[in-house]
Amino acid sequence: MITTPNQTQLMQGNQAMTHGALYAGARFYAGYPITPSSEIAEECSVLMPKLGGMYIQMEDEIASIAAVVGASLAGAKAFTATSGPGFSLMQENLGFAVMAEVPCVVINVQRSGPSTGLATKPAQADVMQARWGRHGDQSVVALCPSTVAECFGLTVQAFNFSEKYRIPVILVADEVVAHMREGFRIPEDGEVTVIERKRPTCHPRRYKPFETDIDGVAPLASYGSDYVFHVSSSMHGPDGFSNNDPVNATRKIEQLHRKVEFHRDEIVITRSFDIEDADVLLVAYGITARAARAAALAGREAGIKAGVLQLLTLWPFADKEIGLASERVQTIIVPEMNYAGQVAGEVQKVVGPDRDIRRVNRYNGQIITPDDILEVMTR
Amino acid sequence: MTTPRMSKKSRYEIILAGAGGQGLILSAIILSEAAIREGKNVVQTQSYGIAARGGLSEAEVIIDTEEILFQQVRNPDIILAMTEGAFAKFRSLARTGTLIFYDETLAAGQHGDNLLGLPFTRSARDLGHGASANLIALGAIAARTEVVHMENLIAVVTRTFSVQALQTNMKAVLMGEDLISGQVFRN
Repeated sequence: MITTPNQTQLMQGNQAMTHGALYAGARFYAGYPITPSSEIAEECSVLMPKLGGMYIQMEDEIASIAAVVGASLAGAKAFTATSGPGFSLMQENLGFAVMAEVPCVVINVQRSGPSTGLATKPAQADVMQARWGRHGDQSVVALCPSTVAECFGLTVQAFNFSEKYRIPVILVADEVVAHMREGFRIPEDGEVTVIERKRPTCHPRRYKPFETDIDGVAPLASYGSDYVFHVSSSMHGPDGFSNNDPVNATRKIEQLHRKVEFHRDEIVITRSFDIEDADVLLVAYGITARAARAAALAGREAGIKAGVLQLLTLWPFADKEIGLASERVQTIIVPEMNYAGQVAGEVQKVVGPDRDIRRVNRYNGQIITPDDILEVMTR
Repeated sequence: MTTPRMSKKSRYEIILAGAGGQGLILSAIILSEAAIREGKNVVQTQSYGIAARGGLSEAEVIIDTEEILFQQVRNPDIILAMTEGAFAKFRSLARTGTLIFYDETLAAGQHGDNLLGLPFTRSARDLGHGASANLIALGAIAARTEVVHMENLIAVVTRTFSVQALQTNMKAVLMGEDLISGQVFRN
């Protein structure tokens, strides 16, 4: 078959996340449309059936994530997309996916809250919700795009991490990046690595769904196959059945953390711009990273040596990278669209309480501009 | 009188402003796609609110030969104002060199440097398709500024509309071009 190479086309962030998911092999979407993520549902409803996949509009977000977890256990790469109110509703079953080690991807296109808040306006205030939204001890992986290309690439990456480590991965986008359009070329098949989950090779009778290999991850069979297995949200042993033994619980909680911790160098993705000789370090993520890069450039034109460390992975936190980048700088600035400085606080933990971190915060539904950052830079 | 043209630039920042429902976001998309055909980098954004129809609607396009960092327009080169409200909001920028296209049908009697009033809505009515005023404006902008080449604009319009809608919309773009070639400029 002759295939024509994909051409650069104008694409919206939400569309790019959808195409990223499909490229990664997602063939199941269950969701409840909500601004500013609705275009993902819309696009999936058109494209999924064409690829032999399934699109279901559920009655709410609780059911959506439940369906996603079920579909994944049945062998499909599955995902959903939502925004703040829906993401809140998904937390309980997302916790189930953590405990039962079910790969899945949840896209949370952040809008301004709390609650229904400014429903059509952007925010970056769900950073801590992504990390700690569920009860109980756990690690989590969360990625954050700033361009349409990153919307695609990080969605593929989210599925890869999710499948490789049997974890839910959260893609933390925002209204601006989700609705923005840029030129983007969908990669050809094979151009970007796509990872499949490990499947059991043992005899079905020998299969234990939580018996981990050396990498801390157990092969995952599919419901409906010859492998019959039990999945529980309660503390369980390698066979999947309830197990209240403290030795077992210790092992399980450690394993949930360590399968992420041990691979953190692979999972933590950052990009740096002009940080080698920088006196001023801007730590930024999502749409605000673009304003930060523009501000750093303007700063350089005004004689201030500024550089940017962009966090594409929010969780696990880029502590090593920030520690290194901040060693020689005089000033650290963290711009973000929330009041509390959700990432600034984490940066403070890395650099210690004695170092001053300048914060740039907006929480009125308006974006942070390069001038907002420059003003703090030149203060 | 020959048509004065903007000197060709490596970067353009454009605002298309008017009322929700006038097709300004679609115009921004068409303009962006035409720029992509020219191998340019493009970022297109819009004010995204709860009022879809009526109310002020703004779409932005940045076209650049270099990577576009900040995604929003800061120093507009070109503004299209399709309502009096939009014109009032942006007209002061003409003083700083921004070229402002406005709908003469709606905001008549405006004069000044860099103000370019053209009868977009009236022409659309003449065409028998009031909703195509946005494409008439796009044709005029391309003809006057060369922000994108007319041939690329036409190629995108051809691809965008169904066979039934294409003829009217293509006429609209060419009508916009004619508005410029027939224009005696005040500035």
